[in-house]
Amino acid sequence: MTHALLGLELAYWQQTIIRVLAGVTAILLLTGGVVYLYLFKFVSFMQSRLGPMEAGPYGSLQLLAEVGKWLQKEDVFTENSDRFIFGLAPAIVLASTFLMFVVIPAGPNAVIADLGTGIYYVLAMSSLSVLGILIAGWASANKYALMGALRAGGQLIAYELPLVLAVIGVVIAAGSLNLQDIVAAQSEGEIFGWGGIGNPYVLTQFVAFGIFMIAVQAELAQTPFDMPVAESELVAGYMVEYTGIRFLVYFISEFATAVGFAAVASTLFLGGWALPASWGISDGAMHVIGPIVIATKAVLLVGVVFWTRFSFPRFREDQLQRLAWKFLIPIALANILVTAVLKVAF
Amino acid sequence: MSNPLSAFLRDYLTVGIFASLAFVLVGLLLFISWLVRPDRRQAQKYIAYESGVDPVGDMWSQSQVRYYIFALLFVMFDVEAVFIFPWATQLEVFGFFGLIEMTIFIVILLLGLVYAWRKGVLRWV
Repeated sequence: MTHALLGLELAYWQQTIIRVLAGVTAILLLTGGVVYLYLFKFVSFMQSRLGPMEAGPYGSLQLLAEVGKWLQKEDVFTENSDRFIFGLAPAIVLASTFLMFVVIPAGPNAVIADLGTGIYYVLAMSSLSVLGILIAGWASANKYALMGALRAGGQLIAYELPLVLAVIGVVIAAGSLNLQDIVAAQSEGEIFGWGGIGNPYVLTQFVAFGIFMIAVQAELAQTPFDMPVAESELVAGYMVEYTGIRFLVYFISEFATAVGFAAVASTLFLGGWALPASWGISDGAMHVIGPIVIATKAVLLVGVVFWTRFSFPRFREDQLQRLAWKFLIPIALANILVTAVLKVAF
Repeated sequence: MSNPLSAFLRDYLTVGIFASLAFVLVGLLLFISWLVRPDRRQAQKYIAYESGVDPVGDMWSQSQVRYYIFALLFVMFDVEAVFIFPWATQLEVFGFFGLIEMTIFIVILLLGLVYAWRKGVLRWV
Protein backbone atom coordinates (compact mmCIF):
# COMPACT_ATOMS: atom_id res chain seq x y z
CA MET A 1 0.00 0.00 0.00
CA THR A 2 1.38 3.38 -0.97
CA HIS A 3 0.34 6.37 1.05
CA ALA A 4 -0.11 9.65 -0.70
CA LEU A 5 2.26 12.18 0.79
CA LEU A 6 1.53 15.72 -0.34
CA GLY A 7 -0.46 14.36 -3.26
CA LEU A 8 2.46 12.42 -4.72
CA GLU A 9 2.63 8.67 -5.10
CA LEU A 10 5.97 7.62 -3.63
CA ALA A 11 7.54 4.23 -3.10
CA TYR A 12 8.02 2.99 0.45
CA TRP A 13 11.74 3.76 0.59
CA GLN A 14 11.23 7.30 -0.75
CA GLN A 15 8.53 7.97 1.83
CA THR A 16 10.66 6.50 4.58
CA ILE A 17 13.65 8.68 3.75
CA ILE A 18 11.46 11.80 3.74
CA ARG A 19 9.65 10.89 6.95
CA VAL A 20 12.79 9.87 8.85
CA LEU A 21 14.86 12.89 7.80
CA ALA A 22 11.98 15.28 8.44
CA GLY A 23 11.46 13.64 11.83
CA VAL A 24 15.10 13.99 12.89
CA THR A 25 15.22 17.59 11.65
CA ALA A 26 12.05 18.44 13.54
CA ILE A 27 13.32 16.83 16.75
CA LEU A 28 16.72 18.55 16.64
CA LEU A 29 15.31 21.95 15.63
CA LEU A 30 12.63 21.89 18.32
CA THR A 31 15.13 20.71 20.92
CA GLY A 32 17.61 23.42 20.01
CA GLY A 33 14.87 26.03 20.00
CA VAL A 34 13.62 24.92 23.40
CA VAL A 35 17.13 24.98 24.89
CA TYR A 36 17.71 28.51 23.61
CA LEU A 37 14.26 29.79 24.48
CA TYR A 38 13.90 28.34 27.97
CA LEU A 39 17.28 27.21 29.30
CA PHE A 40 19.23 30.21 28.01
CA LYS A 41 16.73 33.09 27.88
CA PHE A 42 13.59 32.31 29.90
CA VAL A 43 15.51 31.40 33.05
CA SER A 44 17.85 34.35 32.59
CA PHE A 45 14.97 36.80 32.50
CA MET A 46 13.41 35.09 35.54
CA GLN A 47 16.68 35.68 37.39
CA SER A 48 17.08 39.29 36.18
CA ARG A 49 20.02 38.67 33.86
CA LEU A 50 20.45 38.70 30.11
CA GLY A 51 21.76 35.22 29.41
CA PRO A 52 24.04 34.58 26.42
CA MET A 53 24.34 37.67 24.21
CA GLU A 54 27.60 37.26 22.28
CA ALA A 55 27.19 34.34 19.84
CA GLY A 56 24.84 35.54 17.11
CA PRO A 57 21.99 38.02 17.51
CA TYR A 58 20.81 37.88 21.14
CA GLY A 59 22.98 34.81 21.66
CA SER A 60 20.88 32.67 19.36
CA LEU A 61 23.90 30.73 18.11
CA GLN A 62 25.11 30.01 21.64
CA LEU A 63 23.98 26.39 21.38
CA LEU A 64 26.10 25.81 18.26
CA ALA A 65 29.08 27.31 20.09
CA GLU A 66 28.42 24.94 23.00
CA VAL A 67 28.28 21.94 20.67
CA GLY A 68 31.58 23.06 19.16
CA LYS A 69 33.07 23.26 22.64
CA TRP A 70 31.82 19.81 23.66
CA LEU A 71 33.14 18.27 20.44
CA GLN A 72 36.68 19.34 21.40
CA LYS A 73 36.63 17.80 24.87
CA GLU A 74 38.88 14.88 25.61
CA ASP A 75 37.14 11.49 25.87
CA VAL A 76 37.73 10.32 29.46
CA PHE A 77 36.72 7.00 30.98
CA THR A 78 37.16 6.12 34.65
CA GLU A 79 39.76 3.45 35.21
CA ASN A 80 37.36 0.74 36.44
CA SER A 81 34.48 1.52 34.12
CA ASP A 82 32.91 -1.03 31.82
CA ARG A 83 33.83 0.85 28.67
CA PHE A 84 31.50 -0.84 26.18
CA ILE A 85 28.39 -0.43 28.36
CA PHE A 86 29.54 3.05 29.39
CA GLY A 87 29.69 4.11 25.75
CA LEU A 88 26.45 2.37 24.83
CA ALA A 89 24.29 3.96 27.54
CA PRO A 90 23.92 7.48 26.01
CA ALA A 91 22.97 5.98 22.65
CA ILE A 92 20.25 3.87 24.32
CA VAL A 93 18.81 6.93 26.05
CA LEU A 94 18.86 8.90 22.78
CA ALA A 95 17.28 6.02 20.84
CA SER A 96 14.51 5.77 23.44
CA THR A 97 13.88 9.49 23.01
CA PHE A 98 13.82 9.27 19.22
CA LEU A 99 11.46 6.30 19.27
CA MET A 100 8.92 8.32 21.28
CA PHE A 101 8.49 10.69 18.34
CA VAL A 102 7.73 7.99 15.79
CA VAL A 103 3.95 7.93 16.25
CA ILE A 104 3.29 11.59 17.12
CA PRO A 105 1.30 12.99 14.21
CA ALA A 106 2.00 16.53 12.94
CA GLY A 107 -0.60 16.58 10.17
CA PRO A 108 -3.10 14.39 8.31
CA ASN A 109 -0.21 12.37 6.89
CA ALA A 110 2.85 13.79 8.63
CA VAL A 111 3.74 10.96 10.96
CA ILE A 112 6.81 8.76 10.79
CA ALA A 113 4.89 5.52 11.31
CA ASP A 114 1.18 5.48 12.12
CA LEU A 115 1.15 2.48 14.45
CA GLY A 116 -2.16 1.12 15.69
CA THR A 117 -0.81 0.79 19.24
CA GLY A 118 -0.05 4.53 19.25
CA ILE A 119 0.05 5.89 22.77
CA TYR A 120 0.84 2.49 24.28
CA TYR A 121 3.93 2.35 22.10
CA VAL A 122 4.98 5.86 23.23
CA LEU A 123 4.71 4.88 26.90
CA ALA A 124 6.69 1.70 26.29
CA MET A 125 9.46 3.50 24.42
CA SER A 126 9.74 6.36 26.91
CA SER A 127 10.33 3.87 29.72
CA LEU A 128 13.26 2.31 27.83
CA SER A 129 15.41 5.26 28.85
CA VAL A 130 15.54 3.95 32.42
CA LEU A 131 17.60 1.03 31.09
CA GLY A 132 20.16 3.39 29.63
CA ILE A 133 20.31 5.36 32.88
CA LEU A 134 20.71 2.26 35.07
CA ILE A 135 23.52 0.79 32.98
CA ALA A 136 25.18 4.21 32.79
CA GLY A 137 25.26 4.44 36.58
CA TRP A 138 26.44 0.87 36.91
CA ALA A 139 29.17 1.05 34.27
CA SER A 140 30.58 4.36 35.55
CA ALA A 141 32.28 2.69 38.54
CA ASN A 142 31.43 5.67 40.69
CA LYS A 143 29.42 5.64 43.94
CA TYR A 144 27.51 8.80 43.12
CA ALA A 145 26.67 7.61 39.63
CA LEU A 146 25.36 4.33 41.01
CA MET A 147 23.24 6.08 43.64
CA GLY A 148 21.91 8.54 41.08
CA ALA A 149 21.01 5.74 38.70
CA LEU A 150 19.17 3.81 41.42
CA ARG A 151 17.29 6.95 42.42
CA ALA A 152 16.42 7.57 38.78
CA GLY A 153 15.20 3.98 38.44
CA GLY A 154 13.00 4.23 41.54
CA GLN A 155 11.62 7.58 40.44
CA LEU A 156 10.97 6.67 36.82
CA ILE A 157 9.06 3.50 37.66
CA ALA A 158 7.07 5.25 40.41
CA TYR A 159 5.91 7.96 38.02
CA GLU A 160 5.45 5.63 35.07
CA LEU A 161 2.23 4.45 36.72
CA PRO A 162 0.41 7.80 37.12
CA LEU A 163 1.50 8.56 33.55
CA VAL A 164 0.03 5.33 32.17
CA LEU A 165 -3.13 5.50 34.29
CA ALA A 166 -3.77 9.14 33.32
CA VAL A 167 -3.53 8.21 29.65
CA ILE A 168 -6.19 5.51 30.11
CA GLY A 169 -8.77 8.22 30.82
CA VAL A 170 -8.08 9.71 27.38
CA VAL A 171 -8.14 6.27 25.74
CA ILE A 172 -11.57 5.61 27.25
CA ALA A 173 -12.87 8.96 26.02
CA ALA A 174 -11.46 8.53 22.51
CA GLY A 175 -12.01 4.77 22.24
CA SER A 176 -8.70 4.21 20.48
CA LEU A 177 -4.98 3.91 21.15
CA ASN A 178 -4.02 5.37 17.78
CA LEU A 179 -2.90 8.99 18.09
CA GLN A 180 -4.51 10.05 14.80
CA ASP A 181 -7.82 8.66 16.08
CA ILE A 182 -7.38 10.51 19.38
CA VAL A 183 -6.68 13.75 17.49
CA ALA A 184 -9.76 13.19 15.29
CA ALA A 185 -11.92 12.41 18.34
CA GLN A 186 -10.93 15.75 19.91
CA SER A 187 -11.34 17.70 16.68
CA GLU A 188 -14.81 16.27 15.96
CA GLY A 189 -15.92 15.99 19.58
CA GLU A 190 -18.55 18.06 21.32
CA ILE A 191 -18.81 19.39 24.87
CA PHE A 192 -22.46 19.07 25.99
CA GLY A 193 -23.55 19.17 22.36
CA TRP A 194 -21.47 22.26 21.52
CA GLY A 195 -18.70 21.63 18.99
CA GLY A 196 -17.35 25.16 18.57
CA ILE A 197 -13.85 24.24 19.75
CA GLY A 198 -14.18 20.48 19.41
CA ASN A 199 -13.46 18.57 22.60
CA PRO A 200 -9.86 19.10 23.67
CA TYR A 201 -9.46 16.63 26.53
CA VAL A 202 -7.74 19.24 28.69
CA LEU A 203 -11.28 20.48 29.38
CA THR A 204 -13.08 17.17 29.89
CA GLN A 205 -10.12 15.16 31.22
CA PHE A 206 -8.51 17.90 33.29
CA VAL A 207 -7.67 15.54 36.18
CA ALA A 208 -5.81 13.26 33.80
CA PHE A 209 -4.02 16.29 32.32
CA GLY A 210 -2.84 17.44 35.74
CA ILE A 211 -1.60 13.99 36.70
CA PHE A 212 0.06 13.58 33.31
CA MET A 213 1.98 16.87 33.57
CA ILE A 214 3.15 16.14 37.14
CA ALA A 215 4.28 12.67 36.07
CA VAL A 216 6.04 14.15 33.03
CA GLN A 217 7.91 16.57 35.28
CA ALA A 218 9.11 13.57 37.31
CA GLU A 219 9.89 11.41 34.28
CA LEU A 220 12.04 14.23 32.91
CA ALA A 221 13.74 14.58 36.34
CA GLN A 222 13.12 18.33 36.25
CA THR A 223 13.50 20.32 39.41
CA PRO A 224 10.88 19.53 41.96
CA PHE A 225 11.77 15.92 41.10
CA ASP A 226 15.46 16.17 40.21
CA MET A 227 16.89 13.95 42.98
CA PRO A 228 18.54 11.58 40.44
CA VAL A 229 20.81 14.37 39.24
CA ALA A 230 20.82 16.49 42.41
CA GLU A 231 24.09 18.38 42.03
CA SER A 232 24.43 19.29 45.69
CA GLU A 233 24.00 15.68 46.88
CA LEU A 234 25.17 13.44 44.06
CA VAL A 235 27.34 15.79 41.96
CA ALA A 236 25.30 14.96 38.82
CA GLY A 237 23.94 11.49 39.42
CA TYR A 238 24.45 8.98 36.64
CA MET A 239 26.11 11.63 34.43
CA VAL A 240 29.09 12.30 36.76
CA GLU A 241 31.69 10.48 34.69
CA TYR A 242 30.45 11.53 31.26
CA THR A 243 32.42 14.23 29.48
CA GLY A 244 32.37 15.99 26.16
CA ILE A 245 30.28 14.52 23.41
CA ARG A 246 28.82 11.71 25.50
CA PHE A 247 27.50 14.26 27.97
CA LEU A 248 26.12 16.24 25.03
CA VAL A 249 24.10 13.19 23.98
CA TYR A 250 22.51 13.05 27.45
CA PHE A 251 21.86 16.76 27.23
CA ILE A 252 20.15 16.42 23.82
CA SER A 253 18.14 13.46 25.11
CA GLU A 254 16.95 15.33 28.18
CA PHE A 255 15.56 18.24 26.19
CA ALA A 256 14.34 16.14 23.27
CA THR A 257 12.42 14.01 25.78
CA ALA A 258 10.90 17.18 27.21
CA VAL A 259 9.77 18.15 23.70
CA GLY A 260 8.54 14.59 23.11
CA PHE A 261 6.43 14.42 26.25
CA ALA A 262 5.08 17.90 25.55
CA ALA A 263 4.14 16.82 22.02
CA VAL A 264 2.44 13.71 23.41
CA ALA A 265 0.59 15.82 25.99
CA SER A 266 -0.55 18.29 23.34
CA THR A 267 -1.70 15.41 21.14
CA LEU A 268 -3.60 13.74 23.96
CA PHE A 269 -5.03 16.77 25.71
CA LEU A 270 -4.80 19.89 23.53
CA GLY A 271 -6.10 18.52 20.25
CA GLY A 272 -2.77 17.77 18.57
CA TRP A 273 -2.18 19.12 15.08
CA ALA A 274 -5.87 19.46 14.30
CA LEU A 275 -8.03 22.54 14.56
CA PRO A 276 -11.69 21.98 15.53
CA ALA A 277 -13.54 20.24 12.70
CA SER A 278 -16.36 22.78 12.92
CA TRP A 279 -13.99 25.49 11.67
CA GLY A 280 -14.08 23.75 8.30
CA ILE A 281 -10.39 23.96 7.34
CA SER A 282 -9.55 21.58 4.49
CA ASP A 283 -7.11 18.68 4.80
CA GLY A 284 -4.90 20.34 2.20
CA ALA A 285 -4.40 23.41 4.39
CA MET A 286 -3.85 21.26 7.47
CA HIS A 287 -0.85 19.63 5.81
CA VAL A 288 0.83 23.03 6.21
CA ILE A 289 -0.85 24.37 9.37
CA GLY A 290 -0.75 21.08 11.32
CA PRO A 291 3.00 20.95 12.07
CA ILE A 292 2.95 24.63 13.13
CA VAL A 293 -0.03 24.06 15.43
CA ILE A 294 1.46 21.06 17.24
CA ALA A 295 4.94 22.63 17.44
CA THR A 296 3.43 25.74 19.06
CA LYS A 297 1.45 23.69 21.58
CA ALA A 298 4.44 21.49 22.38
CA VAL A 299 6.81 24.43 22.89
CA LEU A 300 4.29 26.17 25.16
CA LEU A 301 3.88 23.00 27.24
CA VAL A 302 7.66 22.64 27.53
CA GLY A 303 7.52 26.21 28.81
CA VAL A 304 5.16 25.09 31.59
CA VAL A 305 7.60 22.30 32.51
CA PHE A 306 10.54 24.72 32.68
CA TRP A 307 8.53 27.39 34.47
CA THR A 308 7.85 24.79 37.18
CA ARG A 309 11.47 23.71 37.10
CA PHE A 310 12.80 27.18 37.75
CA SER A 311 10.16 28.08 40.37
CA PHE A 312 10.18 25.20 42.86
CA PRO A 313 12.77 23.80 45.27
CA ARG A 314 13.63 20.12 45.25
CA PHE A 315 11.45 17.58 47.09
CA ARG A 316 12.92 15.04 49.46
CA GLU A 317 13.19 11.48 48.27
CA ASP A 318 10.44 10.21 50.63
CA GLN A 319 8.08 12.99 49.57
CA LEU A 320 8.59 11.95 45.97
CA GLN A 321 7.50 8.36 46.47
CA ARG A 322 4.64 9.41 48.76
CA LEU A 323 3.25 11.80 46.15
CA ALA A 324 3.25 9.09 43.49
CA TRP A 325 1.86 6.18 45.47
CA LYS A 326 -0.50 7.88 47.93
CA PHE A 327 -1.92 10.67 45.78
CA LEU A 328 -1.41 10.38 42.06
CA ILE A 329 -2.11 6.67 41.59
CA PRO A 330 -5.37 6.54 43.63
CA ILE A 331 -6.57 9.74 41.94
CA ALA A 332 -5.69 8.34 38.51
CA LEU A 333 -7.57 5.10 39.24
CA ALA A 334 -10.60 7.09 40.43
CA ASN A 335 -10.37 9.16 37.25
CA ILE A 336 -10.49 5.97 35.16
CA LEU A 337 -13.62 4.77 36.96
CA VAL A 338 -15.40 8.14 36.76
CA THR A 339 -14.53 8.50 33.06
CA ALA A 340 -15.79 4.99 32.37
CA VAL A 341 -19.05 5.60 34.24
CA LEU A 342 -19.64 8.87 32.36
CA LYS A 343 -18.76 7.23 29.04
CA VAL A 344 -21.23 4.39 29.60
CA ALA A 345 -23.92 6.66 31.05
CA PHE A 346 -23.87 9.15 28.13
CA MET B 1 -0.49 -7.28 -3.32
CA SER B 2 2.83 -7.03 -5.09
CA ASN B 3 4.82 -6.06 -2.02
CA PRO B 4 6.18 -8.90 0.09
CA LEU B 5 5.95 -6.83 3.26
CA SER B 6 2.59 -5.96 4.72
CA ALA B 7 1.90 -2.35 5.66
CA PHE B 8 1.89 -3.41 9.30
CA LEU B 9 5.41 -4.83 9.22
CA ARG B 10 6.60 -1.90 7.13
CA ASP B 11 5.52 0.50 9.84
CA TYR B 12 7.72 -1.35 12.29
CA LEU B 13 10.56 -1.39 9.77
CA THR B 14 10.32 2.41 9.77
CA VAL B 15 10.50 2.34 13.56
CA GLY B 16 13.65 0.21 13.36
CA ILE B 17 15.24 2.56 10.83
CA PHE B 18 14.46 5.54 13.03
CA ALA B 19 15.96 3.85 16.10
CA SER B 20 19.13 2.97 14.22
CA LEU B 21 19.37 6.62 13.21
CA ALA B 22 19.88 7.54 16.88
CA PHE B 23 22.89 5.22 17.01
CA VAL B 24 24.18 6.59 13.70
CA LEU B 25 23.86 10.13 15.08
CA VAL B 26 25.81 9.23 18.22
CA GLY B 27 28.42 7.49 16.06
CA LEU B 28 28.71 10.52 13.82
CA LEU B 29 29.14 12.88 16.78
CA LEU B 30 31.77 10.58 18.28
CA PHE B 31 33.59 10.47 14.92
CA ILE B 32 33.65 14.27 14.53
CA SER B 33 34.75 14.54 18.14
CA TRP B 34 37.50 11.98 17.54
CA LEU B 35 38.83 14.16 14.69
CA VAL B 36 39.12 17.36 16.73
CA ARG B 37 39.63 16.37 20.36
CA PRO B 38 42.98 16.21 22.13
CA ASP B 39 44.32 13.02 23.71
CA ARG B 40 46.63 13.77 26.62
CA ARG B 41 46.67 10.85 29.00
CA GLN B 42 47.44 11.38 32.70
CA ALA B 43 46.73 8.79 35.36
CA GLN B 44 44.81 11.25 37.56
CA LYS B 45 42.21 11.88 34.89
CA TYR B 46 40.91 8.33 35.13
CA ILE B 47 40.18 8.29 38.85
CA ALA B 48 36.48 8.27 39.71
CA TYR B 49 35.25 11.79 40.49
CA GLU B 50 34.06 12.18 44.05
CA SER B 51 34.11 15.95 44.42
CA GLY B 52 37.90 16.06 44.34
CA VAL B 53 38.52 13.67 47.24
CA ASP B 54 40.35 10.43 46.50
CA PRO B 55 37.73 7.67 46.23
CA VAL B 56 37.66 5.19 49.10
CA GLY B 57 36.80 1.51 48.85
CA ASP B 58 35.02 -0.44 46.18
CA MET B 59 33.22 1.60 43.54
CA TRP B 60 30.31 -0.84 43.37
CA SER B 61 29.63 -0.28 47.03
CA GLN B 62 26.59 -1.71 48.73
CA SER B 63 23.82 0.64 49.68
CA GLN B 64 20.47 0.05 51.23
CA VAL B 65 17.97 -0.85 48.55
CA ARG B 66 14.63 0.66 49.43
CA TYR B 67 13.38 0.25 45.93
CA TYR B 68 12.54 -3.42 45.62
CA ILE B 69 9.11 -3.17 47.27
CA PHE B 70 8.28 -0.29 44.95
CA ALA B 71 9.48 -2.36 42.02
CA LEU B 72 7.17 -5.21 43.04
CA LEU B 73 4.22 -2.82 43.39
CA PHE B 74 5.13 -1.30 40.05
CA VAL B 75 4.99 -4.67 38.31
CA MET B 76 1.59 -5.32 39.84
CA PHE B 77 0.11 -2.05 38.61
CA ASP B 78 1.84 -2.14 35.25
CA VAL B 79 0.33 -5.54 34.50
CA GLU B 80 -2.99 -4.06 35.55
CA ALA B 81 -2.52 -1.29 32.99
CA VAL B 82 -1.88 -3.92 30.31
CA PHE B 83 -5.33 -5.35 31.04
CA ILE B 84 -7.05 -1.97 31.23
CA PHE B 85 -5.84 -0.63 27.86
CA PRO B 86 -7.70 -3.09 25.58
CA TRP B 87 -10.78 -2.75 27.78
CA ALA B 88 -10.60 1.05 27.50
CA THR B 89 -10.66 0.96 23.69
CA GLN B 90 -13.67 -1.38 23.63
CA LEU B 91 -15.75 0.22 26.39
CA GLU B 92 -18.50 1.34 23.99
CA VAL B 93 -18.94 -2.26 22.83
CA PHE B 94 -19.02 -3.78 26.30
CA GLY B 95 -21.12 -1.02 27.84
CA PHE B 96 -22.50 -1.57 31.31
CA PHE B 97 -21.20 -5.14 31.59
CA GLY B 98 -17.61 -4.04 30.88
CA LEU B 99 -17.93 -1.23 33.41
CA ILE B 100 -18.97 -3.59 36.23
CA GLU B 101 -16.21 -6.06 35.37
CA MET B 102 -13.49 -3.42 35.35
CA THR B 103 -14.80 -1.76 38.51
CA ILE B 104 -14.39 -5.07 40.34
CA PHE B 105 -10.87 -5.47 38.88
CA ILE B 106 -9.73 -1.96 39.82
CA VAL B 107 -11.30 -2.13 43.30
CA ILE B 108 -9.42 -5.37 44.03
CA LEU B 109 -6.17 -3.70 42.99
CA LEU B 110 -6.98 -0.61 45.03
CA LEU B 111 -7.50 -2.91 48.02
CA GLY B 112 -4.00 -4.26 47.34
CA LEU B 113 -2.63 -0.71 47.40
CA VAL B 114 -4.53 0.06 50.61
CA TYR B 115 -3.15 -3.14 52.16
CA ALA B 116 0.41 -2.16 51.21
CA TRP B 117 -0.27 1.32 52.60
CA ARG B 118 -1.56 -0.03 55.93
CA LYS B 119 1.42 -2.37 56.14
CA GLY B 120 3.66 0.69 55.97
CA VAL B 121 5.36 -0.43 52.77
CA LEU B 122 4.86 2.95 51.13
CA ARG B 123 6.68 4.74 53.95
CA TRP B 124 10.23 5.74 53.12
CA VAL B 125 12.18 4.46 56.15
